Amino acid sequence: MVFTVKSLSDSHRGLARRRTICAQEKNFMAKRDSTPTDIELKRTEEPSELLRELVAHLRQNRTQLREEWVVRISETRLLTAMTKEEIFAEATSVYDSYVEALETEAFEALQAYARNLSERIIPRGVETHEVVGIVLLLRDVLARSLFAKYQTDFKKLNRILDAYEPAANRIANTVAVGFVQERERVIRQQQEAIRELSTPVLQVRERLLILPIIGVIDPQRARQLTEQLLRGIRTNRAKVVVIDITGVAAMDVTVANHLVQTVEASRLLGATVIVTGLSPEIAQTLVTIGVDLGKMNTVGDLQGGIEQAERLLGYKVASITEPN
Amino acid sequence: MEVPILKQGAFLIATFQAALSDADLNQLRMGLVQQVVKFRSRAVIVDVTAMDVMDSFASRTLREIAHMIRLRGAETVIVGIQPEVAFAMVQLGLTLEGVATALDLEEGLAYLNEKFKITNRG
Amino acid sequence: MSVGEIRVEINSDQDIVVARQKGRGLASELGFSSGDATLIATAISELARNIVSYARTGEIKLKGIHGSSRIGILVIAADDGPGIMDIRQALRDGFSTSGSLGLGLPGVRRLMDEFEITSQPGKGTMVAVKKWRQ
Repeated sequence: MVFTVKSLSDSHRGLARRRTICAQEKNFMAKRDSTPTDIELKRTEEPSELLRELVAHLRQNRTQLREEWVVRISETRLLTAMTKEEIFAEATSVYDSYVEALETEAFEALQAYARNLSERIIPRGVETHEVVGIVLLLRDVLARSLFAKYQTDFKKLNRILDAYEPAANRIANTVAVGFVQERERVIRQQQEAIRELSTPVLQVRERLLILPIIGVIDPQRARQLTEQLLRGIRTNRAKVVVIDITGVAAMDVTVANHLVQTVEASRLLGATVIVTGLSPEIAQTLVTIGVDLGKMNTVGDLQGGIEQAERLLGYKVASITEPN
Repeated sequence: MEVPILKQGAFLIATFQAALSDADLNQLRMGLVQQVVKFRSRAVIVDVTAMDVMDSFASRTLREIAHMIRLRGAETVIVGIQPEVAFAMVQLGLTLEGVATALDLEEGLAYLNEKFKITNRG
Repeated sequence: MSVGEIRVEINSDQDIVVARQKGRGLASELGFSSGDATLIATAISELARNIVSYARTGEIKLKGIHGSSRIGILVIAADDGPGIMDIRQALRDGFSTSGSLGLGLPGVRRLMDEFEITSQPGKGTMVAVKKWRQ
């Protein structure tokens, strides 16, 4: 009997896309190495020579071209969050990295630079369209200067552009991707921080942690709670944990399982778990999934749970309902 | 792979490494029991702090170690399970049921000292 | 960054360790959290262990994958072993199982996000699992 759920469509699509990218890269390489059929290429006009020539031109005219670019940036009202001095400083390093990427084709280095740059400017409030915008402006400024230089030799201009355009486009792409990746990383970090803030693990006494769970728990939040609790047990060297679920309305089987797993995982770290605030409905759910409530440490309410925890830890607890 | 087993008074402390193969674990199981008999130890602390993955075989081996050592009249405490490893273990349903656990070596020793109410001389 | 496919031949119990270490390495490279990398390495360990126990030889393939705007890891455990007679039974998920019985497949499924299995008696087994970066 063959039991196949479904085909691995995602990985097939990924494979197809990789093949397309490989084909694109092959085309890119082929274009650079191809020879035109009309005239014989002189040595000085081979693609790598052309690239060197254009890089030399861009370096020679660095001051002027950079200035032109900065003017275009303020004309199109990009980077409004930054001062003129800041723009100038960043523009210089971006210009140099751009030209260096053209020369060395070290795009990994460029992407690392882009992420680095993004790390600096994202807190300043710079947005994706601005970063893409200024890189494209630089591409245009440099292209115009190439037009101006080679305007008398149309065939040569074409060959220069053949060398310049794919590289320039790849640079724009690389920088944009680097920026977006950094943005995504920041967003993930912020989301994680928010989640942590909204699910506090409280240390009330030495070796005793309380985790009050309130509201609706979805599997992702449940899992995050467990991870936080386990880390908290380790950091606080907790020997007893009181998980209070008084504030939990309903619990489905998945989340109930998470609770059981949390209790078991805590034990592996040497901590005892007391569950308080178990409603009859939730108790029923736990029994349904096969939990032996007799083995789970449960107490009616949070106060009672804390008292039992203190007893377990060896604290003397004065209680009016029980003799000491 | 050599796993260091230290004698601390009436206890043995075995520190498991990260990449133990099945063969290593099998050897350990035999070796630990032999050492318990040889030194007439009261307990063994197995420190798994360095283990970054605990799978079903490792878990089963630990339970078997504890069982065999109990047959020799001694106690076993597993210490140092990392939070992430504990989380992965319970997903797989590996609970080390019936084996004592503690947060780390310090807690393990405190647990045993409490249990046996003796002071340890190094 | 392009990540190719990593293949680990599974012939002995030592290969189990190799496979899970490579898995953890790839997971880190792909940007998974340390906790998730542990889950992935554990799943690989169990899958590789099944190969050793039931098929004696097989291979584990590891690959970084792209979904719609997210990154993940794909693990394929394949062998030419005896195959599984009753897959439904093997996948039955009782949360009270000790995990040391049978193939531990329900556990592996819980560790990962997506799970697929193809198996036929006499034709071997292939388990493919994926985990996505949060």
